[in-house]
Amino acid sequence: MRIFIIKEFLQIIRDRRSLLILFGIPVVQILLFGFALKSEMKNVHLAIFDQSKDAYSQEISRKMLASGYFILDRNLANAQEMDDVFREGKVREILVFGNNFGEELEKNGNAKIQIITDASDPNTANIVYSYTQAIINDYLMEINATTIKPLMINIETQMRYNPELKSVFMFVPGIITIILMLVSTMMTSISITKEKEMGTMEVLLVSPVKPWQIIMGKVVPYVILSFISAIIILMISYFVFLMPFAGSLGLLLLETILFIVLALSLGVFISTVSKTQQVAMLLSMFALLLPTILLSGFIFPVKNMPEILIWISHLLPPKWFVIIIKNIMIKGNGFMLVWKETAILVGMTILFISLSIKKFKVRLE
Amino acid sequence: MKQVIVKNLVKKFGAFVANDHLSFEVEQGEIFGFLGANGAGKTTTIRILCGLSAPTSGEVKVATYDIYTQREQIKKHIGYMSQKFSLYNDLSISENIRLYGGIYGLSRKAIKEKIEEYIEKLQLKEYQTLKVFDLPLGVKQKLAFLVAIIHNPPIVFLDEPTGGVDPITRRQFWEMLYEEANNGKTIFVTTHYMDEAEYCHRVSIMVDGKIAALDTPEALKQKYKADSIEKVFIKLARG
Repeated sequence: MRIFIIKEFLQIIRDRRSLLILFGIPVVQILLFGFALKSEMKNVHLAIFDQSKDAYSQEISRKMLASGYFILDRNLANAQEMDDVFREGKVREILVFGNNFGEELEKNGNAKIQIITDASDPNTANIVYSYTQAIINDYLMEINATTIKPLMINIETQMRYNPELKSVFMFVPGIITIILMLVSTMMTSISITKEKEMGTMEVLLVSPVKPWQIIMGKVVPYVILSFISAIIILMISYFVFLMPFAGSLGLLLLETILFIVLALSLGVFISTVSKTQQVAMLLSMFALLLPTILLSGFIFPVKNMPEILIWISHLLPPKWFVIIIKNIMIKGNGFMLVWKETAILVGMTILFISLSIKKFKVRLE
Repeated sequence: MKQVIVKNLVKKFGAFVANDHLSFEVEQGEIFGFLGANGAGKTTTIRILCGLSAPTSGEVKVATYDIYTQREQIKKHIGYMSQKFSLYNDLSISENIRLYGGIYGLSRKAIKEKIEEYIEKLQLKEYQTLKVFDLPLGVKQKLAFLVAIIHNPPIVFLDEPTGGVDPITRRQFWEMLYEEANNGKTIFVTTHYMDEAEYCHRVSIMVDGKIAALDTPEALKQKYKADSIEKVFIKLARG
């Protein structure tokens, strides 16, 4: 089996296309998504809709503009204008003070500010929001230092256009998933069907080598290479894009290996049902990759889709893996909170492996 | 000693009978030609003999082992070369030899000797580091044959080994086959070049899943009053 693995490595390394798919595409994708979503955080255009015009609201507005991050685009006179300014596209944030802002704050010690951001550029929206929050909190600390009864301001946020706030952080799980899917499923299915097409598979089957050894020889190099590729993506997202990493690295890597094995067993399964490389490629591309991109919640929120598409998305392995990575990386959840998704992936892996073994035998008869 | 014994071999795919009660034997050191039109059932037979496909019924022994119970032994004792040459195009000559040597459990030392021997035999010194992809077709095919017998099996199956090769190279290839047969190797070959059939020690001609004729080329020509195997074949195929 060792010689098989060596042979497969040699073949992959010689094939520039494979190398490109394995390492080039992931790096380019993550950089592309990452930088496209990152932007400079100075002189953000701000609109203020101050319905109260009291000492407190004006002081907060003044502090916002004095921070250096914001410049006043305009003051709004009525609520209708809010949609218009966003549509013009220059204004990133609207600060809304209610009718009796100062009065409520003095009377109840509690008032509301509404922050509306244009989240079509999610990164900006997120950062703009947190700046605003910080400035308001600063202001509160300042005035609370001199009063006895602490005052509170409730910040109400509304993200326009992209309520899930997808950013590079959100894209990383999706990209890892797609890359692993692409590399593991497509590359294995293609490389196995290639052997069928070239006639070398027949020779291997005639030889004393056992079918499982042939399959392992195919699978092991790709497990290793996909794993390296996944680690590169993680490193770029962590070091270049400063992606938070809340959970356990060990758990994440274990789940990654599980997903790679799943994708590979899917690839082996595809290769048992397709005769030529083209069929294998088409099957992986259209039956797997497109649904993965469209339905895994990577680009479009699944929540808003029609019922039937939501059902289909449940059948796709990537969906569950994206949930797992998000939970581990962003929320920092432990195994107890992802066991359900993990169990689903394990189940799918077993299903595809047993289907492949069955198919493989049928073909021999 | 007989290297192949087939008695009443039947292979059905559903209602279609691909091999209809075949019976024949192949002696050691014989070059046995297996002829037939496309779809006559010869590939089915060769796949059964190599253990790639299971017969529906009948008795089959290859290299003295039983096809039903000793498949693993058979795999160790046969060589096989498919129509597509079965070498890895993106590996070099020595990498291919090393791979197949490894598959058949040859020691490192034995593999090294084989590499030297084959390169010497085919005069490949200057090609040594080239990928198989860059070799001329004729060289590829000879190398594929040598690789198929790397573990020195008593019998080797060749499935249309000379497809697409020019007549001169085909001639050289057959000289190699003769050399191996003289050394006691049994060679079971399918072909659709009728001139090649003349080189075989014995020829069987399949028509519609049955063996229509089986004898030496000379005897067949006499029996069917034809001056070439090609004419014998046409007579048989037309019924």
